[in-house]
Amino acid sequence: MNPHSTYEALRHLADSWGLIAMFFVFAFLCAWPFRPGAKHSNDEAANLIFKDETDGE
Amino acid sequence: MQATLGRIGLWFAILLLAIMAIAGAQDSGFAIQMTIVGIAAFIAMVATARAHDPLATKTGMFKLPDGPEVYDDAPVRWGVIATVFWGMAGFLVGVVIALQLTFPQLNLEPYLNFGRLRPLHTSAVIFAFGGNILIATSFYVVQRTCRAQLAFPKLARFVFWGYQLFIVLAATGYLLGITQSKEYAEPEWYVDWWLTAVWVAYLVVFVGTIVKRKEPHIYVANWFYLAFILTVAMLHVVNNIDLPVSVLGSKSYPLFAGVQGALVQWWYGHNAVGFFLTAGFLAMMYYFVPKQAGRPIYSYRLSIIHFWALIFLYIWAGPHHLHYTALPDWAQTLGMVFSVMLWMPSWGGMINGLMTLNGAWDKVRTDPIIRMLVMSVAFYGMSTFEGPMMSIKSVNSLSHYTDWTIGHVHSGALGWNGMISFAAVYFLTPRLWKRERLFSLRMVNWHFWLATAGIVFYAGSMWVAGITQGLMWREYGPDGYLVNSFVETVAALHPMYALRAIGGVLYLSGATLMVVNVWMTIKGRQREEAPMTSAPYDAELDRPIVSAPALAAQEA
Ligand code: HEM
Ligand code: HEM
Repeated sequence: MNPHSTYEALRHLADSWGLIAMFFVFAFLCAWPFRPGAKHSNDEAANLIFKDETDGE
Repeated sequence: MQATLGRIGLWFAILLLAIMAIAGAQDSGFAIQMTIVGIAAFIAMVATARAHDPLATKTGMFKLPDGPEVYDDAPVRWGVIATVFWGMAGFLVGVVIALQLTFPQLNLEPYLNFGRLRPLHTSAVIFAFGGNILIATSFYVVQRTCRAQLAFPKLARFVFWGYQLFIVLAATGYLLGITQSKEYAEPEWYVDWWLTAVWVAYLVVFVGTIVKRKEPHIYVANWFYLAFILTVAMLHVVNNIDLPVSVLGSKSYPLFAGVQGALVQWWYGHNAVGFFLTAGFLAMMYYFVPKQAGRPIYSYRLSIIHFWALIFLYIWAGPHHLHYTALPDWAQTLGMVFSVMLWMPSWGGMINGLMTLNGAWDKVRTDPIIRMLVMSVAFYGMSTFEGPMMSIKSVNSLSHYTDWTIGHVHSGALGWNGMISFAAVYFLTPRLWKRERLFSLRMVNWHFWLATAGIVFYAGSMWVAGITQGLMWREYGPDGYLVNSFVETVAALHPMYALRAIGGVLYLSGATLMVVNVWMTIKGRQREEAPMTSAPYDAELDRPIVSAPALAAQEA
């Protein structure tokens, strides 16, 4: 393959399958905190910063 | 004992190497820089030797934590002091270059001319001020949210001191005229390599602490910090692939040339904004806003979406810095589209930060630190609205190369990065030095108003200047010639430049109050002052109503 067609091949991959794959990975990662049963662990994570109120060094 | 001797030997070897490099240096700048390296190695050697004395470990430059049952806060304390110090230096140089643009006579050749002071300003505020508060808060937050002591404490000390050496080398280099001439990546090859070593150590300390965490969850702030550290490592290495002319000289040449070099540079430059000035500071937002407000983040789910959206979108937005250049048209359009999309997650994040105060809005009135945080998040929203707008090619054709860009930069930098850093400093100082409270809350309030007024002057004057400039540049007469010469457009901006300098002075004076406040707090002093607010009381109204209002009510 000459450099030009490498460029063409990568570019076509990027704006077809690459784009679709990236989109689904993204959608999956965003949906993850909405999975059933995640509410509790989300709340727990959001509140964990208050556990150290009294101790520390 | 043996280990100490070994380490002293190592510093000594570095000192010797530095001396040899001075002797063989190809240019005087490199010799001066190696002198600085030698002095640093010497200081490290003395400090290592002194730290061996069991009494000195309590106070020394490398002080280790007292035991496994406490958080390792010494690097955080140094980081807070370094933030305040470099902040003052950076703002001061900012005011100086603002005055130089207003009164060109102030250009002092060759060391203190505008061309050398400008990168000194940008590096001092972004990497020294911003970088130190990022390192300090990340070490603080990762320990608190993982409920674990910092991993590899000695490496953490290397990170802090190594980073300061990086700053000193970069800053002195600019004054000596040593530069790669790539914006925000000016330091030459040997400084780049040093920063790479420091940064890898930073990554190891941070990930090591997360790995040994006692909490099952990794709090979202740590995600943002980790993205910041990893991405900056990648950007820095790729953008600095250079070939030095000589191993004993300061000059190097990049491997990427032409439009490829430009694209790599702005892929770096934009993501330095996206991950250094945005992701890292968002980590601070996700910790300090809920902490100071005393209530959890509005929506943890939204924060996760915010995170992934920034990660997936930011990387593609860089070409908006290269509109109408030799970059392929599709790449420019791609950059524009992704920039416009970035608006949504950015505002999601802003809303998430602001809504955290739901039910506690009264704190904006009573707590100046909350007020700083709110102002900061509001400016995050402001500049992430302005940015996508400026990315649209037709808007960019007006704004590019003008002071509008400078206004955009500083509404983000002064408003978002500056304010949240000040809030973090005020949050951390009493906690780190075990003081009951800050020296003075009223001074924080003054700092807030001075800084806000400074931003208004700065951003306002630069918008006017930018649009004036843009319109004057493109104005054609009926004969088809440009109406204005370049120097006429410069002269037209003079008053705006003066207003910008006034804004800078206001911002700097606010920061001076912070120096006093932090200093006094560390000394353990508390200013006697009236509290910020008290519940309103009116003795006139504080009594029962005795006349007969029932009749009046009936009539109505
Ligand atoms: C007292 C406050 C400040 C003043 C007076 C000031 C002033 C200036 C001036 C005069 C310039 C050069 C503009 C030009 O070349 O036309 C500049 C550039 C810049 N400053 Fe500041 N600055 C201040 C604070 C900050 C802070 C806190 C940050 C970041 C956290 C920052 C980041 C930058 C950046 C990134 C540039 C380069 C902009 C570009 O190339 O588009 N500044 N500043
Ligand atoms: C959605 C978010 C953002 C977008 C899409 C965006 C977009 C832009 C655009 C289009 C430019 C002008 C490029 C040119 O014409 O040369 C620019 C410049 C700049 N922006 Fe933003 N911006 C965003 C947020 C921010 C934030 C939060 C900051 C943080 C402080 C920031 C800092 C900068 C800096 C430092 C420059 C100047 C770069 C240079 O030296 O030329 N931006 N941005």
